[in-house]
Amino acid sequence: MDPSQLKYARTHEWVHLEGDVATIGISKFAVEELTDLVYIDLPTPGDQLTKGATFGEVESVKAVSDLYSPVAGEVVEANNALPDDLAALSDDPYGKGWMVRVKVSNASDLDDLMDAIAYEEFCKSQG
Amino acid sequence: MSYLFNTPQQTEEMLAAIGVGSVEDLLEQIPESLRLDRKLDLPAPKSELELEQHVRDLAGRNVTASSRSCFLGGGAYDHFVPSVVDEIASRGEFYTAYTPYQAEASQGSLQAFFEFQTLICQLTGMDVSNASLYEGGTAVSEAAFMAMRVTNRHQRVVVLGTVHPEFRQVLHTYTDLLPCEIVEIPCQDGGADLNLVKEQLDEKTACLVVQQPNFFGCLEDVRELSELAHQVGALSVVSVDPISLGMLERPGNLGVDIVVAEGQPLGIPLQYGGPYLGILACRKEYVRKIPGRIVSLATDRNGKRCFVLGLQTREQHIRREKATSNICTNQGLLALRATVYMSLLGADGLNRVAELSCRKAHYAAEQLTALDGVELMFPQPFFKEFVLRVEKGVERFTDAAREAGFDIGPLLRQFDSIDPSVRSQGVLVAVTECRSRDEIDALRDAVRDF
Repeated sequence: MDPSQLKYARTHEWVHLEGDVATIGISKFAVEELTDLVYIDLPTPGDQLTKGATFGEVESVKAVSDLYSPVAGEVVEANNALPDDLAALSDDPYGKGWMVRVKVSNASDLDDLMDAIAYEEFCKSQG
Repeated sequence: MSYLFNTPQQTEEMLAAIGVGSVEDLLEQIPESLRLDRKLDLPAPKSELELEQHVRDLAGRNVTASSRSCFLGGGAYDHFVPSVVDEIASRGEFYTAYTPYQAEASQGSLQAFFEFQTLICQLTGMDVSNASLYEGGTAVSEAAFMAMRVTNRHQRVVVLGTVHPEFRQVLHTYTDLLPCEIVEIPCQDGGADLNLVKEQLDEKTACLVVQQPNFFGCLEDVRELSELAHQVGALSVVSVDPISLGMLERPGNLGVDIVVAEGQPLGIPLQYGGPYLGILACRKEYVRKIPGRIVSLATDRNGKRCFVLGLQTREQHIRREKATSNICTNQGLLALRATVYMSLLGADGLNRVAELSCRKAHYAAEQLTALDGVELMFPQPFFKEFVLRVEKGVERFTDAAREAGFDIGPLLRQFDSIDPSVRSQGVLVAVTECRSRDEIDALRDAVRDF
């Protein structure tokens, strides 16, 4: 996945929409802030996600962080390889580190997300 | 605590400070009808000497397990407690510590919990144990909730009717307002009917809850039951008597996923029914779903060994909304007692306690069932406890025993959830290593002609 083509939430999730299925992960910035990852909890296919609500959590040696869904919809797939191989998330957050695929109920959910340039600015302001 | 009274002047000053005219005004929130409109009916004041005497007299009227012969069972047992358990547990460092599991806890407490977890894992054959729970009944419920989280099935829990009626009641209370169905499988001849169990297990079942030895003292086929649970993708939860593991196969070797227990037999006196100790251990893959906390071994920045609270991100004081349980009260002092008890006895000692209890229970069963009109309700293999059927009147039977100084019970009729035909004539009898052959013989003689 090309990070410059993705949409980003203020809570550091990225979204890639293809047809009506959105792939969701977290940004490299977020992964680096979290440092050593130890655990991830993902939803299961069939779960309904609400825009802005938590859909899982990721734990590092430092803290536990909730994952917030940038879109509403039904989970069609979760990256089940991830819990056993968190290195994939650290090494390749936009590729092998994807988290869930969601059938979005409303494509306009993506409208309030940032593009890559805006997100980069946003991260700088967070730093 | 010293008793300090207020002088009238001090009372005046306090009332003036908060701007209230009288003490009566402070109480105006309480409706007139609920107030006592007379003096308290107390006896005349006593001197310290008289008071001490009075309290000692009252205390002397207590009847304890040590002043009589205790054959009581049903989940709490009169096992021997070596005096060193009291000695260590009553050290001020342990005894007075407030919430000793908090992050600022002393290394001594944390090490004790770490050892407790290690011993519980060795005892049960499981990979991980938490640092204790409230007591045995709530531990069963916590295990059921944990199984729901692991399997992501929240609709159905299947429980054998041979699980302690009070444990089942706690489970019902916990799930009362949840969309979870608790399916109870009627008891057949003191044990589970595997066909009935199989019928009730389905793809929506989170777990099968079993007790070993069961409430009636009989042994269940834990391996087979666990297998049945796994066949539908459910977990196998087994509530054990920790002492029985001195003799019986460890649940970890029988395919069990979560082991829970009432830890009272491990160095904790009967103390009128509590406080007791909940035990919960499970397989490693479920560690993230465990209620409560786990104490871990770590290394500080100077490379020294230290103990820390690991895996506590689902604790109420860290992330309340993600807490796996809101009643995972840690029984620190009692976990310490269990730790001292287990480490003192070792595997051999525990085996000896289990074996003595088992042999004596079987001797007692032989002696008592040789009497007229007294028989085993369930002629099944049992560990240290069994149900007697007394056709001529079970209450007269226990009364006769009690008059002679022997406590047996509880009577099954106090448990509504047990089948009426079993309930009316049954009484539990438990025998621990503390009972002598003479005591058992004397009990037999006392009830011979009841």
